[in-house]
Amino acid sequence: MSTGQLPRWVDLGLIPLINLVAAFFVSGLVVILIGESPVEAVQVLIWGSLGFGEGIGFTLFYATNFIFTGLAVAVAFHAGLFNIGGEGQAYIGGLGVAAACLLLDHIVPWWVTMPFAVAGAALMGAAWAFIPGYLQATRGSHVVITTIMFNFIAASLMVYLLVNVIGEAGSMQPETRTFVEGGRLPFLTDIIPGVDFGTAPVNFSLILALLACIGVWLLIWRTRLGYEIRSYGANPDAAVYAGINPVRTIVITMMISGGLAGMMAINEVMGSQHRLLIEFVTGYGFVGIAVALMGRAHPVGIVLAAILFGMLYQGGAELSFEIPAITRDMIVVIQGLVILFAGALEYMFRPTLVRLFASRRAPAAAAG
Amino acid sequence: MFETFILLLDSTVRLSTPLLLACLAGLYSERAGIVDIGLEGKMLGAAFGAGAVGYLSGNAWVGLMAGIGVSVGLALIHGFASITNRGNQIVSGVAINFLAAGLTALLGQSWFNQGGRTPTLSQGGRFQNIELPFAEALRDVPVIGPIYSELLSGHNILVYAAFAAVPLTWWVLFRTRFGLRLRAVGENPAAVDTAGISVVWLRYRAVIVCGMLCGLAGSYLSIAQSAGFIVNMTAGKGFIALAALIFAKWRPGYAMFACLLFGFLDALAIRLQGQELPGIGEIPVQFFQALPYILTVILLAGFIGKAVPPKAAGVPYLKERT
Amino acid sequence: MNKALHTNELGTSAVPAIELRKINKRFGPVHANKDIDLVVAKGSIHGIIGENGAGKSTLMSILYGFYEADEGDILVNGSPVRISDSKTAIALGIGMVHQHFMLVDNFSVLENVILGAEDSGFLASGISRARTELKRLEDEYELRVDPDALIQDLPVGLQQRVEILKALYRGADVLILDEPTGVLTPAEADHLFKILNVLKDQGKTVLLITHKLREIMAITDKVSVMRRGEMVATRQTAETNMSELAELMVGRSVLLNVEKQPAKPRDTVLAVEGLTVTDTRGVETVKNVSLEVKAGEIVGIAGVSGNGQTELLETIAGIRSATSGTLHIAGETIDLGTRTPNPAEMRQKSLGHVPEDRHRMGLVTRFAEYENAILGYHNDPQYSNGLFLDIAGIKAAAMAEIEKYDIRPPNPILKTANFSGGNQQKIVLAREIERDPTVLLVGQPTRGVDIGAIEFIHKRLIEMRDAGKGILLVSVELDEIRALADRVLVMFDGRIVGERAPDADERELGLLMAGVEGAGA
Repeated sequence: MSTGQLPRWVDLGLIPLINLVAAFFVSGLVVILIGESPVEAVQVLIWGSLGFGEGIGFTLFYATNFIFTGLAVAVAFHAGLFNIGGEGQAYIGGLGVAAACLLLDHIVPWWVTMPFAVAGAALMGAAWAFIPGYLQATRGSHVVITTIMFNFIAASLMVYLLVNVIGEAGSMQPETRTFVEGGRLPFLTDIIPGVDFGTAPVNFSLILALLACIGVWLLIWRTRLGYEIRSYGANPDAAVYAGINPVRTIVITMMISGGLAGMMAINEVMGSQHRLLIEFVTGYGFVGIAVALMGRAHPVGIVLAAILFGMLYQGGAELSFEIPAITRDMIVVIQGLVILFAGALEYMFRPTLVRLFASRRAPAAAAG
Repeated sequence: MFETFILLLDSTVRLSTPLLLACLAGLYSERAGIVDIGLEGKMLGAAFGAGAVGYLSGNAWVGLMAGIGVSVGLALIHGFASITNRGNQIVSGVAINFLAAGLTALLGQSWFNQGGRTPTLSQGGRFQNIELPFAEALRDVPVIGPIYSELLSGHNILVYAAFAAVPLTWWVLFRTRFGLRLRAVGENPAAVDTAGISVVWLRYRAVIVCGMLCGLAGSYLSIAQSAGFIVNMTAGKGFIALAALIFAKWRPGYAMFACLLFGFLDALAIRLQGQELPGIGEIPVQFFQALPYILTVILLAGFIGKAVPPKAAGVPYLKERT
Repeated sequence: MNKALHTNELGTSAVPAIELRKINKRFGPVHANKDIDLVVAKGSIHGIIGENGAGKSTLMSILYGFYEADEGDILVNGSPVRISDSKTAIALGIGMVHQHFMLVDNFSVLENVILGAEDSGFLASGISRARTELKRLEDEYELRVDPDALIQDLPVGLQQRVEILKALYRGADVLILDEPTGVLTPAEADHLFKILNVLKDQGKTVLLITHKLREIMAITDKVSVMRRGEMVATRQTAETNMSELAELMVGRSVLLNVEKQPAKPRDTVLAVEGLTVTDTRGVETVKNVSLEVKAGEIVGIAGVSGNGQTELLETIAGIRSATSGTLHIAGETIDLGTRTPNPAEMRQKSLGHVPEDRHRMGLVTRFAEYENAILGYHNDPQYSNGLFLDIAGIKAAAMAEIEKYDIRPPNPILKTANFSGGNQQKIVLAREIERDPTVLLVGQPTRGVDIGAIEFIHKRLIEMRDAGKGILLVSVELDEIRALADRVLVMFDGRIVGERAPDADERELGLLMAGVEGAGA
């Protein structure tokens, strides 16, 4: 049984750490399997992600994506909903960003465009999450399944739109025209004095992401809506008793979740690529699940987990460059293992720890 | 016109086969109460295992065994997480998909150095098409000829196996002890437990059967339909199979029709690509790609019938303290 | 051992069907069964009685192999056995009818009966044997049920019959029934008792777990009483009486003495007219109920659980929708047939509600205590600071309630799940009473609550009444109703079947609760 009591620091600190170590241990075995040295790989990975300015810049750039998608999953978690549609919501969110940038970039500076881009991203992401949320709330269609379906529908829709509707005329590439200055967020390396992130595209979106963290924290733990979301997630019957409307709560939570996922597009589209293109989400939405799980659905945890995954992305890129046998796919493997150990096998080590702590306490109690 | 239609149906059968195998795989698992969104990953792992070993051994059957082996291995990970450790089944499925996507590409590159793909398989490493008796002789008979010689004959053994698996699955579920218990454990595991049957072992068996069928589905892709593995060759088929499973309301017979429907849409999309339809114009290929998912959402919303999943699906079983 | 031999001499001379010796079972810090001894004679109906949480179900689960005991011996027909799982128990001839039926809803009766006893790998032979066997059992024990019906289409009483058939099909000689009448109508319960007597006559042994004294007196040969994990006494049913058993069960005199003055009822503060409620399955659970609560009185609703009390309270509280009926509250008339249920709106009309089940509804046990202290009132302006919740203010208010209601430990940031049952109930009561509602709905105020807290809770309710509030009290404990209420309404099968004074004859009230027409009239 895994129901024994453990000290808080064990539950919140030690167990996630052990799970992470297990994931990395197995990753090490995979590295050995392809005939390379795990020690060297770790060295390259850490150096590549944290060892120099540009590496840190890329790490933070990726982390920005993960903060948004991680927050999206976390907010839904609090209402007991599993939104695995971050992928599609972020993708559709790109439409909102692109719309703002394409319309405004020639006319106004970036800081005027930005609020419209943020609103566009959030609105489009929220809209894409609205239908699964509404169907869950009113017709009981399981949100896990519908959001998976909506990821695929989003993918088809975006290809269609980029190829046939909003793609740049005369271009073979399915993408919009490149935005000019007014549609580009500044790189942090240019606006923070004394910081050199080299060519890394980490940009103003990181600030937006951190603001979103504060916003989510306030929302969940300090507002009436957050109170209602948590009540519904923890005990739907009690929530109904308390006069909380389940339909409203589910729909609003899903829309906030989708909006956060949609905002990931700001970092990629307005912050880095400066155009809307196909497949710019490439798994960030799914990794958000791992980030939210590891971060225990708390913004602080999510920031830490997002940085860890950012390190993996950037360090992994460096790794494939230094040790060609370890391709970038290694990152996907490590992500899979982290999701497995930190998520699905979350409680694997718990019974052992419970026994360990119980036996440590027992002699103490006998002595006292 | 009739010829075209037969050819369309023929490719429908080929495209439906992997969906059907994966869909039946999911059926065993979910009927036992284990939700599986890792069908995609298991198929991909199997495709790689079969492709790699099929290439190295030059024997399709050995390749198939390897494909099934990989898939069952991944299924056991899912079982360990969701049955033994009572972890979240959705999360575990996501992890399996990541693992398979990463490992197949990584190991493929490491072993074969062709950008993650396996080298092209020899004839012996692939399943060959089987000509049914008299297929050649009957070819020119009107109507019956094309149907028999084109549509029914000339597929590889896995195609026939997939369609044979439909009645077999029905029989197993509704006519055997294993099936009765499997259906029971997906509805009310406590009833199974109090009847003196091990819930854990029963669910593990369901998950293993799921792994075996996913193994067939994945192997079909790399050593029957194609001549080797390529990176991410499942391309979402596992999710279409999952959609088909819901569309089929977790029933074997409906599963076949759902997979044929989704396979048909795929075949139609390929057929109609770049063609103007009179009165409609060109239908974008993406519409056909999205259609299975759209249909499934509409079904889930209860607008066409009602899809009620097994009651205990996704819920880890824990003896309650009374 | 001595005690066991002693009780055995009182019973039949043969080897006992079941004998338990010094059974112990712990769940973490909870000692659910302490040194339990029990001897059950063959061919008898043996009752085990105790309050909720006394450890009855745990003991029976151990006998059925659902749990294994930490210590102790089990003897079946005189020989020691180790029952590590249900399979072993079944093989030893022990069958169990669980409180929550262990049936697969979308299976037929036959499929449920053979599950786990299929004969062979293929169903055909097992099904046909079961069909014949069911026919035989039907004739022998008068257990009629359509073998091809789906469980989900059967009424609860018939579902229970399938559970009994399942056990008999497996050759059970000892049948354990865990709170079998909790979900039954009185008529169904009577039928069950007939069946149990037939089983006894055919030589089967029956173990009946219940917390209802009347059932014990009506049907058992012998009764064992459990209290807080211990077996406190065993009696021949013929040689004991309800008040002795009740005292043994609770360890105190059950005559609840609540000091109170006669009520001084004033204006009507809550009136319900012609309320009918239909549940999701289309069954009418409340039928044309009308009632009135005046300021300064407690109206008690007595009745066996499941006779519509839950639905009545939840409909008035704005949680459920009704088919028809009107509600008069706070000077307004609400058409219950057309309104959209909204508990928040009812709270604004100064209606408080202590729900029957605090775990299911009254509390979010994962929340800190202070968070539960505002559940349902979180939109009140005094808890908000602009956009945000005024956490410091809420904690202070919670702390004040903690002190006033002596909630322990006095720590508003502690997780609610870590409070004892009595303290959790006080959290709910404090929250609802301190809003000073004009009308208070109270369901099962002392279920699973320790004695000290019971007295406290009763006192608070009387104080509220004396302060001129109207209270509608639902309790399945007749003694509680009699002690607190100023008027008693008896509910049976969704109807109010009578009104009596609280000091009315207990037998008469009992007959009304059992749905006996024209009782005492």
